[in-house]
Amino acid sequence: MSGTYLGMPAFPEAAREAVGNATLRGNLRHATHTIRAKRATAVSEVSDWAELREAGKRIKDHTLRHLDRYLVQLEEAVTAAGGVVHWAADAAEANEIVTQLVKMTGESEVVKVKSMATQEIGLNEALEAEGIHAYETDLAELIVQLGKDRPSHILVPAIHRNRGEIRDIFAREMSEWGRPAPEGLTDTPAELAEAARLHLREKFLRAKVGISGANFMVAETGTLVVVESEGNGRMCLTLPETLISVVGIEKIVPAWQDLEVFLQTLPRSSTAERMNPYTSTWTGTTDEDGPQNFHLVLLDNGRTDTLADEVGRQALRCIRCSACLNVCPVYERAGGHAYGSVYPGPIGAILSPQLRGTGSEIDASLPYASSLCGACYEVCPVAIDIPEVLVHLRERVVQGGEVTREGNKVVLRPAKGHAAERAAMRAARWAFTHPGVLRGGQRAASRTRRFHPRTLPGPGRAWSGTRELPPVPAEPFRDWWQRTRGGKDGDR
Amino acid sequence: MNSRERILGRVRRALADAPADEAPIARDYLREHGQRTVAQTVELLAENLADYRAVVHRTDPGGLAGLIAALLEKRGAASVLVPPGLDEGWLAATGAARVADRPGSTPGELDRVDSVVTACAVAIAETGTLVLDGSPDQGRRRITLVPDHHICVVRVPGQVVSSVPQGLERLDPARPLTWISGPSATSDIELDRVEGVHGPRTLEVILVGED
Repeated sequence: MSGTYLGMPAFPEAAREAVGNATLRGNLRHATHTIRAKRATAVSEVSDWAELREAGKRIKDHTLRHLDRYLVQLEEAVTAAGGVVHWAADAAEANEIVTQLVKMTGESEVVKVKSMATQEIGLNEALEAEGIHAYETDLAELIVQLGKDRPSHILVPAIHRNRGEIRDIFAREMSEWGRPAPEGLTDTPAELAEAARLHLREKFLRAKVGISGANFMVAETGTLVVVESEGNGRMCLTLPETLISVVGIEKIVPAWQDLEVFLQTLPRSSTAERMNPYTSTWTGTTDEDGPQNFHLVLLDNGRTDTLADEVGRQALRCIRCSACLNVCPVYERAGGHAYGSVYPGPIGAILSPQLRGTGSEIDASLPYASSLCGACYEVCPVAIDIPEVLVHLRERVVQGGEVTREGNKVVLRPAKGHAAERAAMRAARWAFTHPGVLRGGQRAASRTRRFHPRTLPGPGRAWSGTRELPPVPAEPFRDWWQRTRGGKDGDR
Repeated sequence: MNSRERILGRVRRALADAPADEAPIARDYLREHGQRTVAQTVELLAENLADYRAVVHRTDPGGLAGLIAALLEKRGAASVLVPPGLDEGWLAATGAARVADRPGSTPGELDRVDSVVTACAVAIAETGTLVLDGSPDQGRRRITLVPDHHICVVRVPGQVVSSVPQGLERLDPARPLTWISGPSATSDIELDRVEGVHGPRTLEVILVGED
């Protein structure tokens, strides 16, 4: 994934810093609670939510099970409709393809629709290195880009900013990139949106190249779908002469009819609306309407490795609605940056370590960035059992084992930093299988309890740093039983 | 080995152990939500459009030209974009200058036009959605995007369906489609919904009864 995130500290350290930031916590709490309540209302309007959710899950699972066939079918359909299909095994290859395509147009600037896939591969930075400026046109992405910041939410990347902060960023930075912010800009959302409209319109009207992702690709027809609200998507998808879409291979649905499920569940789950203001679909190119050159870049970048994991592959069902972020108690407090990935929140905690592997400290820590409360599973419109995958990935981190990386089976060694836990568990197993040892240990613990420290020393310090040590009773249960009931009728 | 073969090979190896999945997908979700008469479905469309800040008007075929003229005048529109196949009668009463939707017109030219009038392909009541499919009476996608004021005419009840599944059935995926649910909006600032970012900030919908 993007180099932007290299060198991020592990989740617990990043989260500790974030939790100390009162403004950030306030912004996040307000935003997540607002959307949570709205979503519940939007979902309650459709009485067949459970059936839609199950159908969405089944369609995605079926697609993944036959992904090779659907990829080939999609390629044929897009090509027949006048598009050109490219395949990119990793981020570097995708960036190279897009850079070459832009260079072939002779242009040095592009307008972009918000796209998780292009963030994941660090496309903007790769283009910049070749002298091509990429302008983000989604309002939240613009806030992030102007603020020289990183996105912190899948759907609302600037969720961590309040209106006052946004006003300051616009007033300070817009002139560096194009049309300055109007004089006397206030912090009302309407005025801020107007400033963004004016700033971006001059870019839209002159853009020759647009870059997008896609929410769905229909294998049967070769149709791509982008779901959005602001109209910046429509601008990028229809005004430029050349359109380049970078899309993860898991975004396929088999048939046109399948959209009837996702166009009902996605808007309600993400923005809590019956329908988002704009949805665009296009199939290859259309004479005299929209871009006359269309390129589709199909991106792997760890997705096939994820597909190879029996438990973990369900993460590829994700339709990026972000409902799981908005209900997550950990996300609400830690914020999106702490996850060190373009995919924050519960879905990020299972997707990033699978796409990137668990080699880095941050990726090895992500499966632990959860309370396993299960709220994320409850709201997921494609029923991804996020807690199940989290536990599965924790086991992988601690125990190691066979995984697929870049298409090859490799054996992962147990992660460093978990030796103490493994040793403690081995000791516990031995004690529990030796009753005499257990009894002796419990008695010793009870008798010395006045001298117990409040935190553990040595390797146990990290554990007790975030938890109270459980109090030890004055008398072990087994002794108490023996002394009270056990003596009468329990003793054999 | 090229990347296409590499990726397809990885997919096939990844799925080598996956159990066969041949059970048909249960589509036991609803084709529409609730029981409504045709008139009630049209009413629901109007309610849901208005709920997302579209301005809804009703008229009959005889009153359409007058209503369009009045809306353009109220807006102070001096010019109006016209798709090539729009019913000429619709603009018979307005004095606003007509601007043809020409393939050669630049985005800058479109930006100087005040309003656009189009028909639609289908309207979905449950979600308050209009779908444009690029037919001659709707024109190319960009004409309903760049001007700040869009008047869209829906023939009721003929063009109205209840639900998303019923809407998709009527649409041709080979055409470029634009689904519009209320005017352009954003919720990016503290999740407050603000109408109007890049698309038309005013969407007026005319529900016109059929003869």
